[in-house]
Amino acid sequence: MSVRLGLMALLAEGPSYGARLRSDFEQRTGGTWPLNVGQVYTTLERLVRDGLVAQDEEADAEGRISYRLTDAGVAELATWWTTPVDRTSTPRDELTIKLALAVTAPGVDVHRVVQSQRTSTLRHLRDLTRLKRDALERAEGAGAGPDHADAEHGLAWLLVLENLVFAAEAEVRWLDHVESVLARHAVATARTARLRATDAPAPADLVPAAHEGNLS
Amino acid sequence: MTAPHVVLTDVTRVHGAGETAVTALDGVSLEIHPGELVAVMGPSGSGKSTLLNVAGGLDRPTGGTVTIGGEDLVTLAPRDLAKLRRRRMGFVFQDYNLIPSLTAAENVALPLELDGTRARLARRQARHTLGLMDLMDLSDRYPDQMSGGQQQRVAIARALVGSRRFVLADEPTGALDSHTGEEVLRVLRERCDDGVAGLLVTHEARHAAWADRVVFLRDGRVVDSTGGAERAEDLLAADGAR
Repeated sequence: MSVRLGLMALLAEGPSYGARLRSDFEQRTGGTWPLNVGQVYTTLERLVRDGLVAQDEEADAEGRISYRLTDAGVAELATWWTTPVDRTSTPRDELTIKLALAVTAPGVDVHRVVQSQRTSTLRHLRDLTRLKRDALERAEGAGAGPDHADAEHGLAWLLVLENLVFAAEAEVRWLDHVESVLARHAVATARTARLRATDAPAPADLVPAAHEGNLS
Repeated sequence: MTAPHVVLTDVTRVHGAGETAVTALDGVSLEIHPGELVAVMGPSGSGKSTLLNVAGGLDRPTGGTVTIGGEDLVTLAPRDLAKLRRRRMGFVFQDYNLIPSLTAAENVALPLELDGTRARLARRQARHTLGLMDLMDLSDRYPDQMSGGQQQRVAIARALVGSRRFVLADEPTGALDSHTGEEVLRVLRERCDDGVAGLLVTHEARHAAWADRVVFLRDGRVVDSTGGAERAEDLLAADGAR
């Protein structure tokens, strides 16, 4: 996804100008994606260039230039809402790479890498849960009435938070999994080594053979 | 700041003896302050349940000390230990364990009545606790007239009725769907924010995340802790100043 489509989604609600788009974007995504003003204006310029957004020719009394979505922009946005997000172009994840390297790197204690990551992720999960609790309380407190818009923003923020909670939870589960796979692997390796060390040639020959067989 | 309500010092628990001895807990130390919820995580067989049982006086450690509100559980006579368990702490289990023939209010009043409190006073205290937890409208329902989440909230009320300030919860969300599980954790969290000390065993990271601190056990030892209960301590300090 891009800042581009995010800004277009906001412009679909009505014309707006750069600084307001920036603050709306941050508010609507619960501040998880801070933008700088420069980023907003460069993106708007490209959108204008591509004919998806049009800008007013003159600035308003306060010197602000208003942007609005063109018909082409409306169509592109509609496509975005109905197209699933592509997950095949997985972003490179530092933790995955770190662990993959740690498994074979000499002198690296993988268990420590896993444990310290899990502790850190659990801490992050706890902080997210505190934010979620505040958000829940606010969402329940606001409800209907004049705070209706606030309640809707609160709901958006809550959903963003829960996404982060699910991601952190998945990471902890994956780390648990890594640990148990490593433990099973260690047991299997030790058994193979024991069998090799004994004088019985048959099983010692069989085990690596079976292993190679599985690989091919 | 306040003194810890629960203190485990160098606790060891060995099952069996000689060559077949199994060390379930190996030098575990842990403190829980009033207002603090501590979660215990770890693979199965890591000693989580033993830790909970030892902290709750259901099992005696082979070595080390366990004190609750300043009283040493290890040296207490069995009768006094049972009394302390009835008066000072409450347990919450995965399968709620409410008595089917009693209403919610009667279930909550039961520990007090068993401890010799007059029925009327016990009922009044039960209603007070249910009211604190926003469960008044459930008070006349029987367990089979309540959802799992409602039953578990009543079970938490039962664990904390009267003057009990220490709740031990063993996989309290195990039988609940994710949303209801969260609701139960939120209730537990609120009770702790009111000054109760809590010990929670769970294998779900998202539930452990409601705690101030997560302690990680492996092979009977604490291998790590998320630490950082700073904010909870700040809150306690603020409470003390008020």
